[in-house]
Amino acid sequence: MLELDDLNLSLGQTALARLNLAIPKGQVLTLMAPSGAGKSSVLAAILGVLGPGFHLSGRVRLNGRDLSALPPEGRRIGLLFQDDLLFPHLSVGQNLGFGLPKGASDRQGRIARALEQAGLSDMAGRDPATLSGGERARVALMRALLAAPEALLLDEPFSRLDAGLRRQIRAFTFERARDLPVILVTHDADDARAAGGPVMNLWGENVAL
Amino acid sequence: MGARAVSALVAAVLLLPVGAGLLGVILPAMGYLPALGHEGLTLAPLQAVFDWPGLWPSLWLSVKVGVLSTLLALMATFAITAAVQDSALHHRVLRLTAPLLAIPHAAAALGLAFLLTPSGWVARALAPLAGFDRPPDWLSVNDPGGWALIAGLVAKEVPFLLLMTLAALPQIGATQRLTTARALGYGRMTGWFKAVLPALHARIRLPVLAVLAYGLSVVDMALILGPSLPPTMAVQITLWMNAPDLSLRLEASALAVLHLGVVAGVLALWVGAEGALARPLRAWAAGGGRGRGADGALRGIALGAGAALAGALVLGALALALWSVARAWRFPALLPQGYGTATWAAQAPRLFDAALTTLAIALGVTALALALALAAFQAAERRGLPARLGAAVWLPLLVPQVAFVPGLATLSLIAGLEPGMGIVALGHLVFVLPYVMLVLAGPWNGWDRRAGLSGAALGAGPMRIFWALRLPMLSRALAAAAAVGFATSVAQYLPTLMLGAGRVVTLTTEAVALASGMNRRVIGVWALAQMVAPWVAFALALTVPGLIWRNRRGV
Repeated sequence: MLELDDLNLSLGQTALARLNLAIPKGQVLTLMAPSGAGKSSVLAAILGVLGPGFHLSGRVRLNGRDLSALPPEGRRIGLLFQDDLLFPHLSVGQNLGFGLPKGASDRQGRIARALEQAGLSDMAGRDPATLSGGERARVALMRALLAAPEALLLDEPFSRLDAGLRRQIRAFTFERARDLPVILVTHDADDARAAGGPVMNLWGENVAL
Repeated sequence: MGARAVSALVAAVLLLPVGAGLLGVILPAMGYLPALGHEGLTLAPLQAVFDWPGLWPSLWLSVKVGVLSTLLALMATFAITAAVQDSALHHRVLRLTAPLLAIPHAAAALGLAFLLTPSGWVARALAPLAGFDRPPDWLSVNDPGGWALIAGLVAKEVPFLLLMTLAALPQIGATQRLTTARALGYGRMTGWFKAVLPALHARIRLPVLAVLAYGLSVVDMALILGPSLPPTMAVQITLWMNAPDLSLRLEASALAVLHLGVVAGVLALWVGAEGALARPLRAWAAGGGRGRGADGALRGIALGAGAALAGALVLGALALALWSVARAWRFPALLPQGYGTATWAAQAPRLFDAALTTLAIALGVTALALALALAAFQAAERRGLPARLGAAVWLPLLVPQVAFVPGLATLSLIAGLEPGMGIVALGHLVFVLPYVMLVLAGPWNGWDRRAGLSGAALGAGPMRIFWALRLPMLSRALAAAAAVGFATSVAQYLPTLMLGAGRVVTLTTEAVALASGMNRRVIGVWALAQMVAPWVAFALALTVPGLIWRNRRGV
């Protein structure tokens, strides 16, 4: 369960968001707002990487743990961006390996299984720059999941994909993340419908699609 | 070490030597140099400087050389940039700039001297037309007017200013500006000067001031190309500092203080002139003249000037190479009558020792500078700040070396420090670190921080993100910074000479020392070796990251 307890976010004098939410495992909560309203800043606040100038109050809890004092790497929250951000100096397999905790058992086997689930079985040694958009998106998701996150934040990860690929990757993502609480940030109504969960604005109000 | 402590350490590396060095010059200028038995304060050293008959000619010469070389280099840089921006030549010019920039000042000056001397390549090329059967009676190098020195400085500073200018173009939307001007009917050159230059100017102000300060205080090039009776102020300070009569250190210090005042005054006048010119230039820009008629001719002149400057450096390097392997090369033959490696073989033992010293200092200093720069940037980031290049970075480049390096040498004498490679390396660090930081800051700030966020979301801590993500992704910039740092260290003359008290022999100190001799073959060997060292570094910087990441298109 990912809980936002009275999370108030502002930039200077401008209030950006006020959220009181509890997202259980398996639910995808969609946050919808116009561009520039502060959707990504809310995700940054949850991950603990807000830039200077922001003011944040309230608490973020994940499976009962208070995350407020933890650094981002200690929060166990996965993140996917609009760009897949595969590390360009690492091969596809090494990118997946980066997600595995140090000392994880059966590294190669887990990487191979992740590649298989992504439909990329023979691509461990490939340069990420040579993959298609859909392949890159699947690798990015599998890398996030290999880190064993307890929640997943999706920052418009489908917006750069064309319509057909978008449907396919969306389904792939929601299927793989079915055991996690997920927050999806988007301004695309189709994404929100496909997520199947509640849809809210940055003030915690339900949004009709 | 905490983030603030790291920032303070880097600031100290840059500021303390400058401050201490200035103090080490100001006190002896006032007669205080206990190591030599001068303990009272007096204006006698300053009086002695004012009694020196060469003072005013030397001062005028220094100002003329500094201001004219900077002005000409700047005009050439702007004209070349206007002529090539967004054209097919743009990237060729950018590619050519790095190897030309890598040529050390002393080697460039020696190469140019080999072209311009009465028995140089220019006179040999003219011989069939002019009917020379012996070297003409020209005073083309070491001329009293300092024109050879001005030419050398222009040729050497244009690549630096071009690199700074071309790097700044994307930040000011230069393409859109030039396109807009041309769509409004302006010629390429006029449109560039009216629409691009006003925005560009502020971005390159500090590099221009650094070039001006350098031109006012250069020593190695002035020793090779400049006049000697009197020489520039910077050369005279160096001569007095290294004179066997140690009491001349007081006069050298007094002249250094005066020189510092001259440099500060000229820099202030330059900034003032920029301000005064702004209004008439704005009026000219708004005047509506399209300048289409002269556009083709202006572009031709600009490209011709660029080709001539690059050609002078390249031909100079070629002349050095040919002389180093020439057996007989009688005037007016264009090429040697025979070739051999006897000079190289004869110089090999000394060359090997000097090259080893040069490499050891340059590699050590470059590694230290890279570590300090990265630590400073990382420390700034931990405090939520971008990698900033404050006054501390520019100070060692703006304050003339000759104003504070003699002071450092004097202080090390007072402190009883043995001159040697260690203290020379620390002296180099003051000049290498700013250039390394200048090269690295852009790529460091430009790194996509979301890659770090992705890493953190995957459980990587700050150290793992730094070592496993950021450094590999910045490897090309790191290699470029290392090459620039290495080249800067190799080229250092004054800090090596003064802090090493003549006991630390590098390729540069030896090349400059040999310049006053008559043996062109030996000069060719040493100057070429000095030139090749940074070229190798730049070649490695270009190829090694490419080899490491040959299977990674995105790096």
